[in-house]
Amino acid sequence: MISFENVGLRYGIGREVLSDLSFQIAPNSFQFLTGPSGAGKTSLLRLMLLSLQPTRGLVKVFGKEATTIKPQQMPIIRRKIGVVFQDFRLLDHLTTYENVALPLQVRGQMEQNYRQDVRDLLDWVGLGDRMHVHPPVLSGGEKQRAAIARALIDQPDVLLADEPTGNVDPPLARRILRLFIELHRSGTSVIIATHDLSLMDQYDARRLVINSGRLQIYD
Amino acid sequence: MTKQVKPAPKPKKPTTVKKPVTPAASKKTAKPQGQSKSLRSGKSIVPRESVAGTALIFVIGIMTFLACITLGGVSMIKTSAGKWQSDISREVTIQIRPFDEVEMEKAIKDASAIALQFEGVVKTTALNDKETARLLEPWLGAGLKLDELPVPRLLTVTIAEGAKPDFAAMGQQLEAQVPGSTLDDHRAWVERLTTMALTMVAIGTSIFLLMMAATITTVIFATRGAMAGNKDVVDVLHFVGADSKFISGQFQKHFLNLGLKGAASGTFGAIILFIILGLWTSNSVATPQGDQVGALFGTFSLGWSGYFGMLIVLCLVAVLTAVTSSITVQRQVNALQNYKR
Ligand SMILES: Nc1ncnc2c1ncn2[C@@H]1O[C@H](COP(=O)(O)OP(=O)(O)OP(=O)(O)O)[C@@H](O)[C@H]1O
Ligand SMILES: [Mg+2]
Repeated sequence: MISFENVGLRYGIGREVLSDLSFQIAPNSFQFLTGPSGAGKTSLLRLMLLSLQPTRGLVKVFGKEATTIKPQQMPIIRRKIGVVFQDFRLLDHLTTYENVALPLQVRGQMEQNYRQDVRDLLDWVGLGDRMHVHPPVLSGGEKQRAAIARALIDQPDVLLADEPTGNVDPPLARRILRLFIELHRSGTSVIIATHDLSLMDQYDARRLVINSGRLQIYD
Repeated sequence: MTKQVKPAPKPKKPTTVKKPVTPAASKKTAKPQGQSKSLRSGKSIVPRESVAGTALIFVIGIMTFLACITLGGVSMIKTSAGKWQSDISREVTIQIRPFDEVEMEKAIKDASAIALQFEGVVKTTALNDKETARLLEPWLGAGLKLDELPVPRLLTVTIAEGAKPDFAAMGQQLEAQVPGSTLDDHRAWVERLTTMALTMVAIGTSIFLLMMAATITTVIFATRGAMAGNKDVVDVLHFVGADSKFISGQFQKHFLNLGLKGAASGTFGAIILFIILGLWTSNSVATPQGDQVGALFGTFSLGWSGYFGMLIVLCLVAVLTAVTSSITVQRQVNALQNYKR
């Protein structure tokens, strides 16, 4: 699904944040991406999301070399990738419900076809009664769950989640992890960036560890 | 170290969230639709009320108002100048003051004959006793006997359009051959007024063009400013899979709306101002101020072309706002979509 070959990244003229990364994300796989704060987890996710270009090396998504992707094909690729941003990026002027429904709305789907799905998902992440509230009044954990719901709503082929349990208590973190596992079982490749060791201990999965710019993989 | 978590049984799996949920299945679980109205997500994806949006409407309103006022002024001066110009070719008057020994009717006939000798003079019309009396009624009262009073008589000389008779020669001959007669050639000052009016039209047109340039620039920058606050919205829309057509369409719709609101209030403000001024001048024609304003500008009625021009300004400004926002969004989306080293 996603493959990296000798990818290196540096911001401006600084040191190389990531160097010589070579790995593959297989279809329908599950992996944790971990490493100390500032190691470059978010940067690596952005490379996979094609929102950042590497300084060197080759990035391929869905079998296509990233530099050959035409701008008009980009939305099609975006629709196959669900993202949970570390800073959520919810739209403050829309309600929780509208935020979660946004991916379906921009795909031109009719509201009567997805209304119930959005409600079910919101119920499941425990936001059923916060549906009509705007993000500024949500707690950090609630925002996080709304962001997760938005990433899941169209069941993407790849899910990139940046610290998806950073703001929630352990029981809820477990619940969210189970949600990701379910998603993985139904065919999605899941990549969870986290430095929460106890979360990773709960599920036996592949681990990509970044340390001082290098990637080690524990299958 | 790692233990496997068994997904606990749960009522709703995320897989039920997948699109191919049959409508029938979702209908079965559908809750009462009471809340559905507040769940409407068809509403605008672009933030509706924002300080930047209100400021944009305000700026557009003011600029459109000023542009329309300039346009109206220019259009009015132009109309007046045209009227003055056609006045030139219309007529001059001969005034004959009564002399004791001169018989008035003969003098009029002589003067008329002299005037008609000149090329371009179409006809002469003498104001008869009745008309002269009516003209003097406000000063001397009704029932006037012209024979008893030394009242000057007027002879209107109509000139063919575009013709330029030698008025100097005409005046000399009249004075020499008809005692007490003078030629009133208002052509000189009308010509001067016309030159002035044409200069004003030229100046007004340049001011209008400058005004439009300022309006366009202001609208473009104000729109970009209002767009700056929407950068995050564009980013998010892109990352959830919206294509550039969808995103720029949303913004274009929203900003066309803002532009229309601003431009319409400015234009209608200007139109109302002209209507009020028009009413005021037509109500005060009798007063000296009204006469003076009227002499210069005719009345404050703009005419269809003036109002039509204002409506064009309105549309131009609104479309400009929409297009600017759309271009700004398009650029941002292109940057997001472009994956080139
Ligand atoms: N846009 C940027 N410009 C310059 N430097 C950046 C930029 N984004 C990240 N960096 C730097 O790159 C390094 C990796 O950042 P990144 O956000 O990828 O780390 P992270 O692993 O996600 O950290 P955390 O666990 O705290 O979220 C950091 O040193 C950071 O300062
Ligand atoms: Mg990070």
